[in-house]
Order: sequence, then structure tokens, then C-alpha cells
Amino acid sequence: MADPTFLDATELVLNMGPQHPSTHGVLRVILKLDGEKVMGADCVIGYLHRGVEKIGENRTYQMFAPYVDRMDYVAAVSNGLGYCLAVEKLLSVEAPPRAQVVRVILTELNRIASHLIWLGTHALDVGALTPVFYTFREREEILNIFEAYCGARLTTHAFRIGGLQYELYDGFEERVKAFCDMFEKRVDDYEALLTGNRIWINRLRKVGILNAEDCKAYGVTGPLLRASGVKWDLRKAQPYSGYENFDFEIPTGIQGDSYDRYVVRMAEMRQSVRIIRQAVANIPAGPIMAKVPKVIKPPVGEVYVSIEAPKGELGYFIVSDGSTQPYRVRVRPPSFVNLQALEKMARGGLVADIVVIIGTIDIVLGEVDR
Amino acid sequence: MVKRILRSVFLVDLFEGLWVTFRSQHPKNIYTEQYPAQRPQVAERYRGAPRLNINPDNGETLCIGCNLCALACPENLIVVGTERDEKTKRKVLTTFTYDTSRCMFCGLCEDACPVDALELTQDFELASYTREGAIWDRQMLEEGPRPTSYKF
Repeated sequence: MADPTFLDATELVLNMGPQHPSTHGVLRVILKLDGEKVMGADCVIGYLHRGVEKIGENRTYQMFAPYVDRMDYVAAVSNGLGYCLAVEKLLSVEAPPRAQVVRVILTELNRIASHLIWLGTHALDVGALTPVFYTFREREEILNIFEAYCGARLTTHAFRIGGLQYELYDGFEERVKAFCDMFEKRVDDYEALLTGNRIWINRLRKVGILNAEDCKAYGVTGPLLRASGVKWDLRKAQPYSGYENFDFEIPTGIQGDSYDRYVVRMAEMRQSVRIIRQAVANIPAGPIMAKVPKVIKPPVGEVYVSIEAPKGELGYFIVSDGSTQPYRVRVRPPSFVNLQALEKMARGGLVADIVVIIGTIDIVLGEVDR
Repeated sequence: MVKRILRSVFLVDLFEGLWVTFRSQHPKNIYTEQYPAQRPQVAERYRGAPRLNINPDNGETLCIGCNLCALACPENLIVVGTERDEKTKRKVLTTFTYDTSRCMFCGLCEDACPVDALELTQDFELASYTREGAIWDRQMLEEGPRPTSYKF
């Protein structure tokens, strides 16, 4: 597929990364350049490989739960939810209604936190230095809610198989409501900083275009797919954990360029606030843990469960051989699959646009390499 | 159309953003913590340094040496040493080793403990000058870390 129009004398192969501030970790991109123009971009990944899937084969089902938090470490709660749902499906149990609603609140808060990190660092890469300070300020509030709920800020281990370990603390609802009230005004502030800003628009418009057919061909999901106009959200398409009870919309874009993805993610944060408001308003009473045996020994079988993580479809494929440890755990990480589209988006653009495109895919290298 | 041209000529989009920045410099918006001088108050449920609780009435350990925490730990970093008391025929705790350098503070050990003897506490300053210093023995676990305090 590489464009054969190199002028031999001007072909330049340039390594971007692994140590580059805008690759969000240790991603190495081998750029083939013709002057300022990008003719090809090959990703080299694996610098952060820790063998999480292999670790899963040597741990019991409960023991593996803290490790999944360490894949997408800015959205640890979503990872935990996906894993717990997969094992629960394998065991044919369902979390009680109260646990489900609390799970929805925490994952939506985590979606906001993940998008805030994305917004701050993406704007920082493009050259807008201010938003990162504001987004991290709001993220701090979310992390404080997590810390007060489950005792950890980043790698939360908030959910257990079958429900929740911790009961809500006094003042949780008020705190989340106060955050929602404060946050909607803050989103307006970010929009005032960026949405109409001419530099922001010029850097993002028509950069990294990925249309709907390409998205489907590459298996790209999440905000990238929605920005190209496809109304696909697993929370609506195959509801899990009681998402069918909440009223929210799927924001979509038109062109599928970086600016549309920005608009989609900003709208998603508002929709998340909407879901959280509905969920906090009526948290059902009742138990928080389903009847799960102390030693989890699922029947022989295999299961695939996917959820809508902040970055796209996060799937867990677990094969059980009837013992206490999974036979195989395979994770379908959204960042890894979305990163494939980098070359498609980058080819023909400028070197400066690579930074925008990597930012707009919203990768976490811990999840790409696992 | 005219409105859009006027907005772009008078740089309205940039001034809207600058107004947000201007508002945010008010002193009440300062979020920075002066860390070593000013200690943060972590949440009540914070999972920090491990502690082996002792009974405040008689000073004996609460641990019954059941080894459940060691079995629950994903990283296998807890080693419980027990010996059987000849007179009462009960297990008595002799040693307890906890390797904080490998701990990921998931809290599975404190969930597994049937008598609430092992607990993850609010202490978060676990730095040590040596690798061996990160391996805590029973005495260290009962007393807890003693972080340096700074005077400013």
C-alpha cells in the first residue's frame, strides 16, 4: 500500500518515539517522510508489555481482578466492570440492582475522568497549554470520590465478581451531585477555551479523517466510530449493567475528522453527567453482593463480554476449564485496535498532524501492550 | 454571516478563552498542596501501608495465623509463620512477613482476614533507602511506618 512516489533523494525515515512527549507513553512510530509530508507510519508497540493475559492464567478469578485495572490505568473502573461482567456471565449470576446502579455511576465518572485526561493532553500536544490544568482539577474531584469509595485513586479495584465489596459511604450521593452541578459549568469553560478557538479549529479540522467504511474495516470503535457518523454505542446496542434504564443520547459527528472526535467526546461527557444524575437520584436499596461461592469454579465453557469503555469496545474473552484459574483470558482492548488506523489517518498529512492524530485516537499504551 | 465576520475580526473567540483563564486566577481557585509541610488527609478507606492489629486490652496480636491472607494475595507476598501451642492445641503466630515492594494494594488480604487483624491503613509514605527495608516483619507491621516530619 505504500505510496511509490518517493523521490529517492528526499526519502527520510524518522523515528518518533519511544520517548516522545506526545506519544502518550512508549509508542514508537517509524515515519517515512518526503520533506514535511508523511508517506508512511509504522507503529512499533510492546515497550510496555507485561503479559497481563498470561498472568491471568496463573491466578484465580478473584486474584486477577486487580491486574485488569492496570491495563487502561486511566479508566480502571471500566476495565474492572468488563472483567467482572465476563466472569459473572460465566458463572450465570447477576449483580443485584443496587450494585448495578453503583457500577454505572462509577464507570460513568470514570468515563469523564478518562475524557478529561484525553482533553487535557490532546490540547497540550496541539499547543493549548491551559486546559490541562483545568481538566486535571476536575479529575481530582472524581479521583477523590473514588478514593473515598474504594480506597484507591487510580487502580481502584472497585468491583468484585458478583457485585461490590464496599457499601456506599455517607454523603456519596451529595458529593456526586455536587460534582455534576460543578462539572457542567466547567465543560462550558473548556468549550469557551477550545471550541470556537481559530487555532484549535485550524489544527484539527480535516486532520486524520476516517470515514465510516474505514472505521468498520479496521474495527475501530468508540468515539472515533461515532465521529464518523455511525450511531454505535454498546450501552445502547447491547445494554449491560442496567444501562437500558437510563435515558441518554449517542452523540455523533459528520466528517470523522479530529475536530468531530473532539465534539463527540465533549458531548459524551455531558451525556455521562446526565446518566449519573439519573442514577444517583434513585439508587435502589438492597444487597450489594450476589450469592457467589468463596472459591470460584465456573463450569467448562467460554464467554465473550464487551462493554463500552471510554475508548471504545472493551471485550473480555475467558475460557474456563472448570478449575479455579482461567484457561485463557483474552482482552480486546480498544486502544490497540484503534491504533491500527493511525497509518490510514496519517498518510498524506504533515508531520505536525501526527501529534494531533495520536492524541485524537486516545491511546493508553498500558492497554495497547498489556 | 456579518456576525461571524465581526466575531473573527474582533478576535471574540480568543477573548472568550482568555476570560476563562482570567477568571481562574482568583486565589480561591488554588488547588496545589504544599506537600511535605502540609499533609494531605486521605480518605478513611484508603488502602495504604499494611498493619497487623493488636488487641488494645492485652497487647496480644489479633492474628490467628489462619494463612487466608497469604492464600488470597495475588502476588504471594505474605508469609505467615505459626507454631502449635502444646498446651492449648492452638496455632500461635510467630512471624509475619509482608513484602510492600511487590504489593499493589488491592485489598484482597484485608477482605480475606476473618478477624480484622490485617488492615491497609491511611499511611502512605512507604519509601525506604534499601530494598530490604520494603520487606516488613511482624514488629514493623504492628508499629507502622514512621515517616520523617519536616519543619518549615
